[in-house]
Amino acid sequence: MSALIELEDAYGKVSRDPQFKDDLTAFLAEYAGRETPLTFCPNASQELGCKMYLKREDLVHGGSHKLNNTLGQALLAQRMGKKRLIAETGAGQHGVATAIVGAALGIPVEVYMGEVDTRRQALNVFRMELMGAKVIPVTSGTRTLKDAINEALRDWVANVRDTYYLIGSVVGPHPYPLMVRDFQSVIGREVREQVMKKEGRLPDTIVACVGGGSNAIGIFYPFLSDKVELIGVEAGGEGIETGRHSATLCAGDEGILHGTLSYLLQDENGQVLPTHSVSAGLDYPGVGPEHAMLRDNHRVTYTTVNDPQVLDAFRFLSKTEGIIPALESAHAVAYVMENADRFDRDDIVIINLSGRGDKDVAEVAGMTGRA
Amino acid sequence: MGRIEEVFAEGKRPAFIGFVVAGDPDKNTSLRIARALITGGTDILELGVPFSDPVADGPTIQKADERALAAGTTPDTVFDIVREIRKESEIPIVFLTYYNIVHHRGIERFYHDAHDAGVDGILIADMPVEEADEICAVASRSGIDPIFLVARTTSDDRIVKIAKKARGYLYLVAAFGVTGVREEISAGAIDLLHRVRRHTVLPLAIGFGISTPAHAQICARAGADGVIVGSAIVEIIERNLQDTDVMDRELKNFISVMKTGLI
Repeated sequence: MSALIELEDAYGKVSRDPQFKDDLTAFLAEYAGRETPLTFCPNASQELGCKMYLKREDLVHGGSHKLNNTLGQALLAQRMGKKRLIAETGAGQHGVATAIVGAALGIPVEVYMGEVDTRRQALNVFRMELMGAKVIPVTSGTRTLKDAINEALRDWVANVRDTYYLIGSVVGPHPYPLMVRDFQSVIGREVREQVMKKEGRLPDTIVACVGGGSNAIGIFYPFLSDKVELIGVEAGGEGIETGRHSATLCAGDEGILHGTLSYLLQDENGQVLPTHSVSAGLDYPGVGPEHAMLRDNHRVTYTTVNDPQVLDAFRFLSKTEGIIPALESAHAVAYVMENADRFDRDDIVIINLSGRGDKDVAEVAGMTGRA
Repeated sequence: MGRIEEVFAEGKRPAFIGFVVAGDPDKNTSLRIARALITGGTDILELGVPFSDPVADGPTIQKADERALAAGTTPDTVFDIVREIRKESEIPIVFLTYYNIVHHRGIERFYHDAHDAGVDGILIADMPVEEADEICAVASRSGIDPIFLVARTTSDDRIVKIAKKARGYLYLVAAFGVTGVREEISAGAIDLLHRVRRHTVLPLAIGFGISTPAHAQICARAGADGVIVGSAIVEIIERNLQDTDVMDRELKNFISVMKTGLI
């Protein structure tokens, strides 16, 4: 608790500090490659019958939106005088983004990763190690993302004096959900300016995938008070009725995990349930508390798509636009494909393409029997 | 006088507080383990209500949680175990658990059922004092002591807040990090004891990493009112899963040896 109070104070200070903002903006521009394009997709638009745009977070250095957050938090850790960064990772994208900032800022990094995930995302393990991070496979519990968070929290309480815990999504105890949302909101702020420039109006619909929910809140947040439809797409896995999914907001109920009251996938006694998704990055039984609020007040619509639809979307975007989406982001693409008849030809639909799919290519090839 | 209060009454020697996960490795063996702890001389029995994600615990206790859950242990099983113990013993019983377990059953219902079964205190490891108003109100209505952790990183301001809300005893966390056996008791643990003592008359028990009579003795000499031993006991259980007679004997021996540190 003391560590969280220290973090809240430190974050309060830097968020009022123009120098911090300048440092972060410079890093985002010169190092991360922001702003990212808002790409119009002529072929997909033609096929789906709407004006489809992609917010290209796949082009952020490292291959996903994760660096927006790790840069912000690592600069904060540096100001707090912390000597070591620890992180959890599911698909490995957040681990990679943490390894990147560790190397760039000269801070040692250790990443906890579920043993199951180290196998299905071996390429990202190699990338992290290449950049000098130490990857620690987690063998407790379900050996996936939630267990990696458990281990990182345990490490943090043991080494709290010199260690900064760099959480990768809008989950965990306050102030993490707020801080990560702030750092990711750069996505939505850019979209707003870009769409006004290109179309002269706000979009009709914005679609993003939701695991913990950081890319979604990042693109939604600047539009919360506008007349823009916001859709969060959760991992339906093999189907909600099978129980093998990660659809926390669509199929979970109120619960507390990792210091957050939110929705949770749990059994009748409050034990946290194992999750399933074709994409390791959505494989989390909780969800950011702000999403829980946006669900309850009906500002955002949350829905699911299942693994086969996601694989179709993965292939569709690759083929029509030459852009291979991360399996996580392919959930948002799949939603638009499944609901194409809802949109008119002039409707502006923006998909947050939160990451690129190179990391998933081998696994998808394996699944479809093609190497 | 409540059962917990009685243990810490004037003139008594420091308490030996033993922790095991209820339902580990199954209901019947767990009950036998509780009996061994009581016969061995445990003064307060702490029972972990198993949770799938015990973030404050190290690998030893997490594995015990996993064994208990695999055997089908639910909060109802744990209440049954308490009721069985109550048929034969007046030992104070304290639950250690995580907030989701309590919240999911409903706070009122959980505390009511716990009191009904014969539980004296409840510690929720992931419940900070800042969020504990409702829990404390319900605890007080249910006749259950709300017990809190105090860490070495806890500021004096927060110690004052915690001491105001807590009843029964305070659980001082000797080590940085999670539960688990450690080589030695650090000077920091004793500093914490002295720091907390300035703010409260509540009994102070030290836990996290205590596994030898020498550890217990250091705590007792420094003025602790009790020592809490968990992982060292759970390790004995883990080592002897195949032979519960040996487990039984080793548990009793361990506790009587530990208690030599508390004279």
